[in-house]
Amino acid sequence: MISNLINRKIFTLLKVQYSNMLEYRVEIALWAISGIIPFFMLNIWTNNNLNESINISDTLLSRYFLCAFFVRQFSVVWVVFSFEEDSLMGKVSPYLIQPLNPFFRYFAQHLAEQITRFPFALIIAFFFFIFNPESIWIPNLSILLLSIVSTFLSFLIQFLIQSIVACLCFWTEKASSIERLLFIPTLFLSGLLAPVVSFPGYVKSWIYLTPFPYLIDFPANLLSGNETNIIGGLSMQILWIILLFPLFKKIWSEGTKKYTAMGS
Amino acid sequence: MLQNIIEVRNLSKSFDISSKEPGLKGTIKHFFRRQTKSLKVIKDISFEIKEGEIVGFLGANGAGKTTILKMLCGLIYPSEGSILVSGYLPFSRKNNFLKNITLIMGQKQQLIWDLPPIESFYLNASIYDLDKFEAKKRIKKLSEMLEIDEELFIPVRKLSLGQRMKSELLAALIHEPNILFLDEPTLGLDINAQSNLRKFLQKYNKETNATICLTSHYMKDITSLCKRVICVHEGAISYDGKLDLLLKKLSPVKEILIVCSSEEDAIKLEKSGFTVKNKIKNEITIKIENNSITSSLKTILNNFDIEDLFINEPPIDEVIGKLLIKKDYDI
Repeated sequence: MISNLINRKIFTLLKVQYSNMLEYRVEIALWAISGIIPFFMLNIWTNNNLNESINISDTLLSRYFLCAFFVRQFSVVWVVFSFEEDSLMGKVSPYLIQPLNPFFRYFAQHLAEQITRFPFALIIAFFFFIFNPESIWIPNLSILLLSIVSTFLSFLIQFLIQSIVACLCFWTEKASSIERLLFIPTLFLSGLLAPVVSFPGYVKSWIYLTPFPYLIDFPANLLSGNETNIIGGLSMQILWIILLFPLFKKIWSEGTKKYTAMGS
Repeated sequence: MLQNIIEVRNLSKSFDISSKEPGLKGTIKHFFRRQTKSLKVIKDISFEIKEGEIVGFLGANGAGKTTILKMLCGLIYPSEGSILVSGYLPFSRKNNFLKNITLIMGQKQQLIWDLPPIESFYLNASIYDLDKFEAKKRIKKLSEMLEIDEELFIPVRKLSLGQRMKSELLAALIHEPNILFLDEPTLGLDINAQSNLRKFLQKYNKETNATICLTSHYMKDITSLCKRVICVHEGAISYDGKLDLLLKKLSPVKEILIVCSSEEDAIKLEKSGFTVKNKIKNEITIKIENNSITSSLKTILNNFDIEDLFINEPPIDEVIGKLLIKKDYDI
């Protein structure tokens, strides 16, 4: 039953959404370019020799920020904005009466967008290596595979968090403003601006209890070859998914009772 | 004996509506203390619909027709009462129920805007668990019925409204539902496209025995498709029954324009006891009750010298228009 769903519905959804995303290839290239915050941060860190305080070499730091860029490219989520718009415009109504949860559509949309983004991210990485040839490295296959898994888990966590927030549309209509509240901790605690290891010890222990460091810091450290607890990190990612999924299901089932099918 | 496919008992729906006084004072007051009130938009309605029936829901804007359809298809949750559609509680949205129904809302689209409709059709086919062969067969059949062919391969954004509406219909019917909820399906379409759509719905109903619940402000949709209408007035049912019976009740007389051969004949006819609407020279318009038309015409033809005669049906829009502002029809 589940395999049938994955094989047919998701595959067709992916195929169709990929065709749709290809219609927006220029926009996707621009979005990929707009995700280069980690490279600015790398510049700030290396120019001010901040890496010395955390005992990371320039090479490892530049690999970390490149990996942070990659992880961000393949885990970025905007479902709250899409769902909010569709919900307010009544576009979600036809999806609600189909035998497939509408969030599968958004999920496929994100995956299709990631596939479209991939070549652009590679081009950006290519230019990064031209300017930082000392950072070139080839991760071993097992680390590469684990990093892909970890990046996907990071995407799932973010997708679930945003889907939960998106469901608040059923009560508040403007759920994206709530998402803004999550933007600050995501920006500072996820490892996008600085590796979590650079935070003071007592702060770090608290940060690791939240889902944020598992969004970018953990997969980026894993891929770049920095020292990290692989089993612990993956377990925490899975744990957050296990915690968030039933919460999403509950809020979805309660929220749909509140749905008024506005705009339709 | 046909079975009930839709059963609605004492159904009500309330919405929480927030209100705001005008001006800056009202805005500040609204910011600090939002006032909401519960508005009952559907009030204790009950009805049944039999398998294969085409039922039109009539009512003014905001009467509650669309809300009823939304509850019947499981899109919104009822506040009170019960609904059973094809043996299911709609809002529980069981897959087997969802595979049996479809909802089409005029001007609302489910087709992917930048891709040709065929992509959305195959997507819907997989959502409804149809294999590719079956999907292809149904797309062919429905596109022939709807007379769309080349349009299947043109991006939706480049299609005309009529072509888009036909494609929407195809997308909504690919799983061959046996209950169709249509909310203003001809909205914005030109006269030919409206007529084609009506013909298609008649054909679909005839071929599949599908039950159709329809709302429309175009009276032609209602008169050509529905034998039965449910009139909704301020959230309550004001009439549920045959359309022709309602029309007879609302419009019990016909107007007959008689062209007499001379003005003297017209004056004679004017004084013969018929209800005269107006008289211009030798043309006279009289009102005759529906049940005495034959005998009255016989009398006129036998006793007066008549050149020509026209029977005018009152405009249906005008007749139904009366209905939308009245609360009860005791028929």
